[in-house]
Amino acid sequence: MDAYVTAEDGWTVAGRNFDSRLIVGTGKYKDLPTTAAAIEASGAEIVTVAVRRVNLSDPKAPMLQDYVSPTRYTYLPNTAGCFTADDAVRTLRLAREAGGWNLVKLEVLGPPPTLYPDMPATLEAAAALIGDGFEVMVYCSDDPIAAKRLEEMGCVAIMPLGAPIGSGLGVQNPLMIQMIIANAKVPVLVDAGVGTAYDATFAMELGCDAVLVNSAIAMADDPVLMARAMKAGVEAGRLAFRAGRIPRLGAANPSSPTTGLIR
Amino acid sequence: MDASIETLDLTVNGEPGTFPMRLTVAGLIAALQLDIRKVAVELNREIVPRSTYAQVSLNSGDTLEIVHFIGGG
Repeated sequence: MDAYVTAEDGWTVAGRNFDSRLIVGTGKYKDLPTTAAAIEASGAEIVTVAVRRVNLSDPKAPMLQDYVSPTRYTYLPNTAGCFTADDAVRTLRLAREAGGWNLVKLEVLGPPPTLYPDMPATLEAAAALIGDGFEVMVYCSDDPIAAKRLEEMGCVAIMPLGAPIGSGLGVQNPLMIQMIIANAKVPVLVDAGVGTAYDATFAMELGCDAVLVNSAIAMADDPVLMARAMKAGVEAGRLAFRAGRIPRLGAANPSSPTTGLIR
Repeated sequence: MDASIETLDLTVNGEPGTFPMRLTVAGLIAALQLDIRKVAVELNREIVPRSTYAQVSLNSGDTLEIVHFIGGG
Protein backbone atom coordinates (compact mmCIF):
# COMPACT_ATOMS: atom_id res chain seq x y z
CA MET A 1 0.00 0.00 0.00
CA ASP A 2 1.15 3.51 -0.61
CA ALA A 3 2.12 6.07 1.99
CA TYR A 4 -1.25 7.84 1.84
CA VAL A 5 -3.06 4.70 2.88
CA THR A 6 -0.71 3.60 5.63
CA ALA A 7 0.16 7.02 7.04
CA GLU A 8 -0.22 7.27 10.80
CA ASP A 9 -2.49 4.27 11.06
CA GLY A 10 -0.86 2.54 13.97
CA TRP A 11 -2.47 2.22 17.37
CA THR A 12 -1.27 2.50 20.93
CA VAL A 13 -2.06 0.43 23.99
CA ALA A 14 -0.49 1.18 27.37
CA GLY A 15 2.03 3.45 25.68
CA ARG A 16 3.20 0.76 23.27
CA ASN A 17 2.80 1.44 19.54
CA PHE A 18 1.78 -1.21 17.04
CA ASP A 19 1.19 -1.20 13.30
CA SER A 20 -0.85 -4.40 13.05
CA ARG A 21 -4.41 -4.22 14.32
CA LEU A 22 -4.69 -8.00 14.42
CA ILE A 23 -3.80 -9.82 17.63
CA VAL A 24 -3.67 -13.58 17.29
CA GLY A 25 -3.94 -16.39 19.78
CA THR A 26 -1.50 -19.28 19.80
CA GLY A 27 -3.88 -21.98 21.02
CA LYS A 28 -5.56 -24.92 19.26
CA TYR A 29 -2.98 -25.32 16.47
CA LYS A 30 -2.11 -28.85 15.41
CA ASP A 31 1.58 -28.22 16.00
CA LEU A 32 4.12 -25.52 16.73
CA PRO A 33 5.48 -25.14 13.16
CA THR A 34 1.95 -24.38 11.93
CA THR A 35 1.50 -21.93 14.80
CA ALA A 36 4.66 -20.10 13.76
CA ALA A 37 3.75 -20.04 10.05
CA ALA A 38 0.24 -18.76 10.66
CA ILE A 39 1.38 -16.02 13.02
CA GLU A 40 3.94 -14.94 10.45
CA ALA A 41 1.24 -14.80 7.77
CA SER A 42 -1.10 -12.83 10.03
CA GLY A 43 1.34 -9.97 10.38
CA ALA A 44 0.40 -9.77 14.06
CA GLU A 45 2.80 -8.13 16.48
CA ILE A 46 1.02 -9.25 19.65
CA VAL A 47 0.23 -12.89 20.43
CA THR A 48 -1.74 -14.24 23.33
CA VAL A 49 -0.23 -17.08 25.33
CA ALA A 50 -1.28 -19.22 28.27
CA VAL A 51 0.70 -20.09 31.39
CA ARG A 52 0.78 -23.74 32.39
CA ARG A 53 2.82 -26.20 34.41
CA VAL A 54 5.79 -27.60 32.55
CA ASN A 55 5.53 -31.29 31.74
CA LEU A 56 8.09 -32.78 34.09
CA SER A 57 7.94 -36.17 32.37
CA ASP A 58 9.05 -34.66 29.04
CA PRO A 59 11.29 -31.70 29.92
CA LYS A 60 12.89 -31.56 26.47
CA ALA A 61 9.59 -31.22 24.57
CA PRO A 62 9.65 -28.23 22.21
CA MET A 63 8.30 -25.06 23.73
CA LEU A 64 6.24 -22.27 22.20
CA GLN A 65 9.13 -19.85 22.66
CA ASP A 66 11.28 -22.01 20.37
CA TYR A 67 8.86 -21.29 17.50
CA VAL A 68 7.29 -17.94 18.37
CA SER A 69 10.07 -15.69 19.56
CA PRO A 70 9.19 -13.51 22.54
CA THR A 71 11.75 -11.01 21.32
CA ARG A 72 10.00 -10.68 17.95
CA TYR A 73 6.40 -10.77 19.19
CA THR A 74 4.87 -9.11 22.21
CA TYR A 75 3.59 -11.95 24.36
CA LEU A 76 0.24 -11.18 25.94
CA PRO A 77 -0.16 -13.74 28.74
CA ASN A 78 -3.75 -14.65 29.53
CA THR A 79 -5.56 -15.96 32.56
CA ALA A 80 -7.42 -18.72 30.75
CA GLY A 81 -8.54 -21.35 33.22
CA CYS A 82 -8.57 -18.96 36.17
CA PHE A 83 -11.90 -18.67 37.93
CA THR A 84 -10.95 -16.40 40.83
CA ALA A 85 -9.04 -13.15 41.25
CA ASP A 86 -6.44 -14.99 43.32
CA ASP A 87 -5.79 -17.52 40.52
CA ALA A 88 -5.51 -14.73 37.96
CA VAL A 89 -3.02 -12.75 40.03
CA ARG A 90 -0.89 -15.82 40.76
CA THR A 91 -0.87 -16.85 37.09
CA LEU A 92 0.10 -13.44 35.77
CA ARG A 93 2.76 -12.92 38.44
CA LEU A 94 4.34 -16.11 37.14
CA ALA A 95 3.97 -14.85 33.57
CA ARG A 96 5.64 -11.60 34.51
CA GLU A 97 8.55 -13.51 36.00
CA ALA A 98 8.77 -15.80 32.97
CA GLY A 99 8.79 -12.97 30.49
CA GLY A 100 9.01 -9.70 32.29
CA TRP A 101 5.82 -8.27 30.81
CA ASN A 102 3.28 -6.14 32.60
CA LEU A 103 0.86 -6.11 29.68
CA VAL A 104 -1.62 -8.94 30.21
CA LYS A 105 -4.97 -10.25 29.06
CA LEU A 106 -7.45 -10.82 31.86
CA GLU A 107 -10.22 -13.28 31.22
CA VAL A 108 -12.37 -14.84 33.90
CA LEU A 109 -14.94 -17.10 32.33
CA GLY A 110 -18.11 -18.73 33.47
CA PRO A 111 -18.72 -22.45 32.88
CA PRO A 112 -19.59 -24.13 29.57
CA PRO A 113 -21.59 -23.98 27.40
CA THR A 114 -21.42 -20.17 27.36
CA LEU A 115 -17.90 -19.50 28.68
CA TYR A 116 -19.34 -16.02 29.01
CA PRO A 117 -17.21 -13.48 30.89
CA ASP A 118 -17.90 -13.65 34.63
CA MET A 119 -18.07 -9.92 35.16
CA PRO A 120 -18.14 -9.75 38.99
CA ALA A 121 -15.04 -11.97 39.09
CA THR A 122 -13.48 -10.03 36.20
CA LEU A 123 -13.93 -6.70 38.00
CA GLU A 124 -12.45 -8.13 41.19
CA ALA A 125 -9.47 -9.62 39.35
CA ALA A 126 -8.90 -6.41 37.37
CA ALA A 127 -8.69 -4.44 40.60
CA ALA A 128 -6.20 -6.91 42.06
CA LEU A 129 -4.02 -6.95 38.95
CA ILE A 130 -3.99 -3.18 38.53
CA GLY A 131 -3.07 -2.89 42.20
CA ASP A 132 -0.18 -5.25 41.53
CA GLY A 133 1.18 -3.08 38.72
CA PHE A 134 -0.19 -4.90 35.70
CA GLU A 135 -1.47 -3.22 32.55
CA VAL A 136 -4.69 -5.05 31.95
CA MET A 137 -6.37 -5.68 28.61
CA VAL A 138 -9.66 -7.14 29.71
CA TYR A 139 -11.97 -9.61 28.03
CA CYS A 140 -15.49 -8.65 29.00
CA SER A 141 -19.16 -8.87 28.20
CA ASP A 142 -20.71 -6.45 25.71
CA ASP A 143 -22.02 -4.36 28.59
CA PRO A 144 -21.28 -0.63 28.13
CA ILE A 145 -21.63 0.04 31.86
CA ALA A 146 -19.24 -2.71 32.88
CA ALA A 147 -16.85 -1.70 30.09
CA LYS A 148 -16.78 1.88 31.33
CA ARG A 149 -16.22 0.72 34.90
CA LEU A 150 -13.25 -1.39 33.79
CA GLU A 151 -11.81 1.61 31.95
CA GLU A 152 -12.28 3.87 34.97
CA MET A 153 -10.52 1.29 37.14
CA GLY A 154 -7.49 1.63 34.90
CA CYS A 155 -7.75 -1.18 32.35
CA VAL A 156 -5.69 -0.27 29.28
CA ALA A 157 -7.95 -1.92 26.70
CA ILE A 158 -11.54 -3.14 26.69
CA MET A 159 -12.14 -6.39 24.80
CA PRO A 160 -15.82 -7.33 24.56
CA LEU A 161 -16.85 -10.56 22.90
CA GLY A 162 -18.52 -10.47 19.49
CA ALA A 163 -19.94 -13.96 20.06
CA PRO A 164 -19.10 -16.87 22.37
CA ILE A 165 -15.48 -18.04 22.35
CA GLY A 166 -14.74 -20.37 19.47
CA SER A 167 -18.29 -20.10 18.09
CA GLY A 168 -17.25 -18.44 14.84
CA LEU A 169 -20.60 -16.65 14.70
CA GLY A 170 -19.17 -13.21 13.94
CA VAL A 171 -20.15 -9.97 15.64
CA GLN A 172 -23.65 -10.65 17.00
CA ASN A 173 -23.90 -7.39 18.91
CA PRO A 174 -22.80 -4.51 16.69
CA LEU A 175 -24.93 -1.94 18.50
CA MET A 176 -23.42 -2.79 21.88
CA ILE A 177 -19.90 -2.84 20.44
CA GLN A 178 -20.50 0.60 18.93
CA MET A 179 -21.83 1.94 22.23
CA ILE A 180 -18.73 0.66 24.04
CA ILE A 181 -16.48 2.25 21.40
CA ALA A 182 -18.34 5.56 21.60
CA ASN A 183 -17.90 5.67 25.39
CA ALA A 184 -14.27 4.52 25.58
CA LYS A 185 -11.09 6.53 25.74
CA VAL A 186 -8.93 3.40 25.68
CA PRO A 187 -8.65 0.94 22.77
CA VAL A 188 -11.62 -1.36 22.19
CA LEU A 189 -11.02 -4.76 20.60
CA VAL A 190 -13.46 -7.45 19.61
CA ASP A 191 -12.12 -10.58 21.29
CA ALA A 192 -13.92 -13.83 20.57
CA GLY A 193 -16.50 -14.77 17.99
CA VAL A 194 -14.72 -14.04 14.71
CA GLY A 195 -15.34 -16.90 12.31
CA THR A 196 -13.91 -15.72 9.02
CA ALA A 197 -12.25 -12.72 7.43
CA TYR A 198 -15.36 -10.62 6.91
CA ASP A 199 -16.21 -10.85 10.60
CA ALA A 200 -12.89 -9.15 11.34
CA THR A 201 -13.62 -6.60 8.62
CA PHE A 202 -17.02 -5.91 10.14
CA ALA A 203 -15.57 -5.43 13.62
CA MET A 204 -13.03 -2.96 12.27
CA GLU A 205 -15.70 -1.11 10.26
CA LEU A 206 -17.57 -0.60 13.54
CA GLY A 207 -14.56 1.34 14.75
CA CYS A 208 -12.69 -1.21 16.84
CA ASP A 209 -9.02 -0.40 17.38
CA ALA A 210 -8.04 -4.01 16.77
CA VAL A 211 -9.39 -7.55 16.66
CA LEU A 212 -8.24 -10.64 18.51
CA VAL A 213 -8.54 -13.94 16.63
CA ASN A 214 -7.53 -17.44 17.58
CA SER A 215 -9.91 -20.30 16.72
CA ALA A 216 -10.90 -18.94 13.30
CA ILE A 217 -7.28 -19.17 12.19
CA ALA A 218 -6.07 -22.17 14.16
CA MET A 219 -9.04 -24.39 13.29
CA ALA A 220 -9.31 -23.41 9.61
CA ASP A 221 -8.49 -26.10 7.08
CA ASP A 222 -5.43 -24.04 6.12
CA PRO A 223 -4.45 -21.86 9.07
CA VAL A 224 -1.73 -20.03 7.16
CA LEU A 225 -4.12 -18.94 4.39
CA MET A 226 -6.76 -17.94 6.92
CA ALA A 227 -4.19 -15.94 8.86
CA ARG A 228 -3.38 -14.03 5.70
CA ALA A 229 -7.10 -13.56 5.03
CA MET A 230 -7.58 -12.14 8.53
CA LYS A 231 -4.72 -9.71 7.95
CA ALA A 232 -6.41 -8.51 4.77
CA GLY A 233 -9.81 -8.43 6.45
CA VAL A 234 -8.62 -6.31 9.35
CA GLU A 235 -6.85 -3.92 6.99
CA ALA A 236 -9.92 -3.66 4.75
CA GLY A 237 -12.19 -2.93 7.69
CA ARG A 238 -9.86 -0.34 9.12
CA LEU A 239 -9.51 1.44 5.77
CA ALA A 240 -13.25 1.39 5.23
CA PHE A 241 -13.80 2.83 8.71
CA ARG A 242 -11.32 5.61 8.02
CA ALA A 243 -12.79 6.24 4.57
CA GLY A 244 -16.32 6.64 5.94
CA ARG A 245 -19.03 4.48 4.47
CA ILE A 246 -21.98 5.84 2.50
CA PRO A 247 -25.33 6.15 4.24
CA ARG A 248 -27.76 3.27 3.98
CA LEU A 249 -30.75 4.27 1.81
CA GLY A 250 -34.15 2.72 1.58
CA ALA A 251 -34.22 3.17 -2.19
CA ALA A 252 -31.98 2.93 -5.24
CA ASN A 253 -29.75 5.82 -6.24
CA PRO A 254 -28.29 5.53 -9.74
CA SER A 255 -24.54 5.44 -10.20
CA SER A 256 -24.61 7.04 -13.66
CA PRO A 257 -25.82 10.58 -14.47
CA THR A 258 -29.50 10.77 -15.30
CA THR A 259 -28.94 13.79 -17.57
CA GLY A 260 -27.34 14.11 -21.02
CA LEU A 261 -29.00 10.99 -22.34
CA ILE A 262 -29.31 10.64 -26.12
CA ARG A 263 -32.76 11.10 -27.53
CA MET B 1 16.42 -45.42 53.07
CA ASP B 2 19.66 -44.67 54.89
CA ALA B 3 18.83 -42.05 57.49
CA SER B 4 22.33 -40.62 57.22
CA ILE B 5 21.66 -39.48 53.67
CA GLU B 6 19.91 -36.17 53.64
CA THR B 7 16.84 -36.16 51.44
CA LEU B 8 14.50 -33.48 50.28
CA ASP B 9 10.78 -34.12 49.92
CA LEU B 10 9.17 -31.64 47.54
CA THR B 11 5.88 -31.30 45.73
CA VAL B 12 6.56 -30.05 42.23
CA ASN B 13 3.60 -29.26 39.97
CA GLY B 14 1.36 -31.31 42.21
CA GLU B 15 3.59 -34.39 42.20
CA PRO B 16 5.54 -35.50 45.28
CA GLY B 17 9.20 -36.25 44.74
CA THR B 18 12.24 -37.06 46.82
CA PHE B 19 15.54 -35.53 45.86
CA PRO B 20 18.75 -36.98 47.26
CA MET B 21 20.54 -33.78 48.16
CA ARG B 22 20.21 -30.22 49.29
CA LEU B 23 19.06 -28.10 46.41
CA THR B 24 18.56 -24.52 45.42
CA VAL B 25 15.82 -23.56 42.95
CA ALA B 26 18.49 -23.41 40.26
CA GLY B 27 19.65 -26.89 41.24
CA LEU B 28 16.12 -28.27 41.08
CA ILE B 29 15.55 -26.79 37.61
CA ALA B 30 18.80 -28.40 36.46
CA ALA B 31 17.87 -31.72 38.07
CA LEU B 32 14.55 -31.64 36.22
CA GLN B 33 16.42 -30.90 32.96
CA LEU B 34 14.42 -27.71 32.36
CA ASP B 35 15.67 -24.64 30.52
CA ILE B 36 16.07 -22.02 33.22
CA ARG B 37 15.40 -19.20 30.73
CA LYS B 38 11.95 -20.50 29.81
CA VAL B 39 10.30 -21.17 33.14
CA ALA B 40 8.97 -19.28 36.12
CA VAL B 41 8.84 -20.64 39.65
CA GLU B 42 6.48 -20.21 42.56
CA LEU B 43 7.66 -21.53 45.94
CA ASN B 44 4.94 -22.01 48.56
CA ARG B 45 2.74 -19.62 46.55
CA GLU B 46 5.38 -16.88 46.40
CA ILE B 47 7.15 -15.92 43.17
CA VAL B 48 10.87 -16.68 43.14
CA PRO B 49 12.64 -13.96 41.16
CA ARG B 50 14.83 -15.51 38.49
CA SER B 51 17.84 -13.57 39.73
CA THR B 52 17.65 -15.42 43.05
CA TYR B 53 17.33 -19.03 41.82
CA ALA B 54 20.90 -19.84 42.79
CA GLN B 55 20.47 -18.45 46.29
CA VAL B 56 17.05 -19.80 47.31
CA SER B 57 17.45 -23.11 49.14
CA LEU B 58 14.65 -25.63 49.23
CA ASN B 59 13.41 -27.38 52.35
CA SER B 60 11.49 -30.61 52.81
CA GLY B 61 7.79 -29.97 52.56
CA ASP B 62 8.16 -27.15 50.05
CA THR B 63 5.58 -26.92 47.29
CA LEU B 64 6.64 -25.55 43.92
CA GLU B 65 4.92 -24.61 40.72
CA ILE B 66 7.12 -24.46 37.63
CA VAL B 67 5.37 -22.99 34.59
CA HIS B 68 6.06 -21.90 31.04
CA PHE B 69 4.21 -20.32 28.17
CA ILE B 70 2.09 -22.51 25.91
CA GLY B 71 -0.35 -21.79 23.12
CA GLY B 72 -3.48 -19.99 24.25
CA GLY B 73 -6.14 -17.61 23.09
